[in-house]
Amino acid sequence: MEDMKLIVAPSPHIRDTDRTEKIMFSVLIALLPVLVASIYLFRWDAVRLVLLSAGAAVATEAIFQRLRNKPITIGDGSALVTGVLLGLIVPPSLPSWMIIIGSAFAVAIGKQVFGGLGHNPFNPALVGRAFLTASFAVAMTNWTAPFDAISAATPLALGAARSNIPNLFFGTVAGSLGETSAVAILIGGIYLFYKGALDYRIPVGILGTVVAMSLLTGQDPVFHLLAGSVLFGAVFMATDPVTSPITVGGRWIFGIGIGLIIMLIRIWGSYPDGVTFAILLMNAATPLLNRWTRPRIYGQGVKASE
Amino acid sequence: MASLWKDFVRGLWEENPTFRILIGLCPTLAVTTSAINGMSMGLATAFVLICSSALISLLKRLIPDKVRIPAYIIVIATFVTIVDLFMNAYLPELHQVLGLFIPLIVVNCIVLGRAEAFASKNTVIASVFDGLGMGLGFTWALTLLGSIREILGAGSVFGYRLLPEGATTFGIMSLPPGGFITLGILIAVMNMIANRQKAS
Repeated sequence: MEDMKLIVAPSPHIRDTDRTEKIMFSVLIALLPVLVASIYLFRWDAVRLVLLSAGAAVATEAIFQRLRNKPITIGDGSALVTGVLLGLIVPPSLPSWMIIIGSAFAVAIGKQVFGGLGHNPFNPALVGRAFLTASFAVAMTNWTAPFDAISAATPLALGAARSNIPNLFFGTVAGSLGETSAVAILIGGIYLFYKGALDYRIPVGILGTVVAMSLLTGQDPVFHLLAGSVLFGAVFMATDPVTSPITVGGRWIFGIGIGLIIMLIRIWGSYPDGVTFAILLMNAATPLLNRWTRPRIYGQGVKASE
Repeated sequence: MASLWKDFVRGLWEENPTFRILIGLCPTLAVTTSAINGMSMGLATAFVLICSSALISLLKRLIPDKVRIPAYIIVIATFVTIVDLFMNAYLPELHQVLGLFIPLIVVNCIVLGRAEAFASKNTVIASVFDGLGMGLGFTWALTLLGSIREILGAGSVFGYRLLPEGATTFGIMSLPPGGFITLGILIAVMNMIANRQKAS
C-alpha cells in the first residue's frame, strides 16, 4: 500500500491499444473486398486509378510536411486511406492526370492546410471528389459499363424501373469504381464493425433515413439504398472519426441529416446523387453537433448542467 | 514629401487592404472571375476612394462628430453614383458583368475605413495620397486574383487565350469556391513574404 502511486490526472482514464496506424490498417483491410470487386469489374482502370490516387496522396502529404518543416507522418496510413478512398469514388474512365491533381488537392487543401490529421473539418477524399466534380464535370460523369469500357448510364440516371436489383447488389452496373458492388461494401462494413472501427449509429441513421424518405415519397427504397454512393458513403466516408461527431446523440443526428440531404438532392436537386455534398454539409455541422449533444458531466445535477 | 510617399506606399503592401488587413473581401471574392473584372472593380473603388477621401478631409471640420458616418456615406454614395452612371454610359458590357457590385462600393469597408481612420484626421493632400495607395493596392490585389482565376478557370488572361480552345480547365476556379481557395493561398504566400521581410 505504501508503494502504490496514486496519480491524479484528467480524463480519459481508460486507455486502449488503438492507434492511428491500427485503425487505418483496419480500414484498408475493409477496403480489400471493394478493391477486388472494382478490379474484377473495371479491370486495369481500377488498378491505375487507385494506385495513382494513393501514390499522389502519400507524396503530397510528405512534400507538404517537408515544406512546412513538420515531422513527416505518412507512416500513419491516413494519407494512404484518403488516396485509396478517392481512387474508388471516381468514374473508371477518369484521365490519370485528373486523379493525381484531385488526390493532391484532397490532401493539401482538404487536410494539410488545416493542420493535418485530426484538424480537417471535411472528409479529405470527399473534398477531392467535390473539387473534381466542380472542375471537370464532363470527365466526372463519363460513366462506363463494367467489363468493357462502353459508355453507359448509371442506375440513378436510368431510374428504378429500368434497373435490375441483383445487378445493383453485385455491382455489374455503371458507376464509380468502388461504389457499384453493394455486397463488397457490406463485407468491408461488417469487418470494420467487428473490429470496432465503425459505429453502427451513423450508417444505420443514413440508411434508415434513406429508406424512410423513399417510402414517404413513394419510391423504391431498395433501389435508393443500392444505387449511387449511398452504401459506400455510409460505411467508409461518413464514419471518418475525424469529421463525424463523437457523441452518441450527435452521431444519430449526423446520420439522419446525411440521409435527409441525400434524398432531398436526389428527389428535388439538380444532381442525380447527393451523397458527397450531404456528407460534406454534415461534416460542417459536426462541431455544432458535438457541442449541442454534450453529455451531462458525471455527478452534476440536472439543473447545474444548464 | 517623404511622409506623402509613406502615405502612398502604405496601401500597396504594408497595409494592403486585401492581403494584409483583409477588408473589402465581398467584392474581392465575387467579381474576380477574370483579370479585367478584377482590375475594373479595383479602379472603380480607387476612384471613389481618392475622391471621397479628399472631400471628407476637406469637410472634416464641418461635419459634426455625432453624424459623421451618415455624412461619409453620403459623400461616398455621390462618387459611387458617378462611377455607376459613367460605366453604364461608356462601358455597358463591363457594367453588366460587375452589376450590383458597383453600387455596393458604397458599403465597401475600405472606403469607409479610410474615411474614418485617415481622411478625417489628415490634410487633403495626404488623404489623396492615402486613397491612391489604398486604391492601387486593392487594384493590384484584385487583378492578381482575377488573373490567376482566369488562367486556371478559362485558360486565358485579360481575354488573351493561353490554352487552345476547348482545352480542359479547372472549372471550379471560375466558381465561388475557386475565389476562396485562391484568396486563401495568396494570403498564405503574402504572409510568408512578410515573415521573411521581418526576419531579414
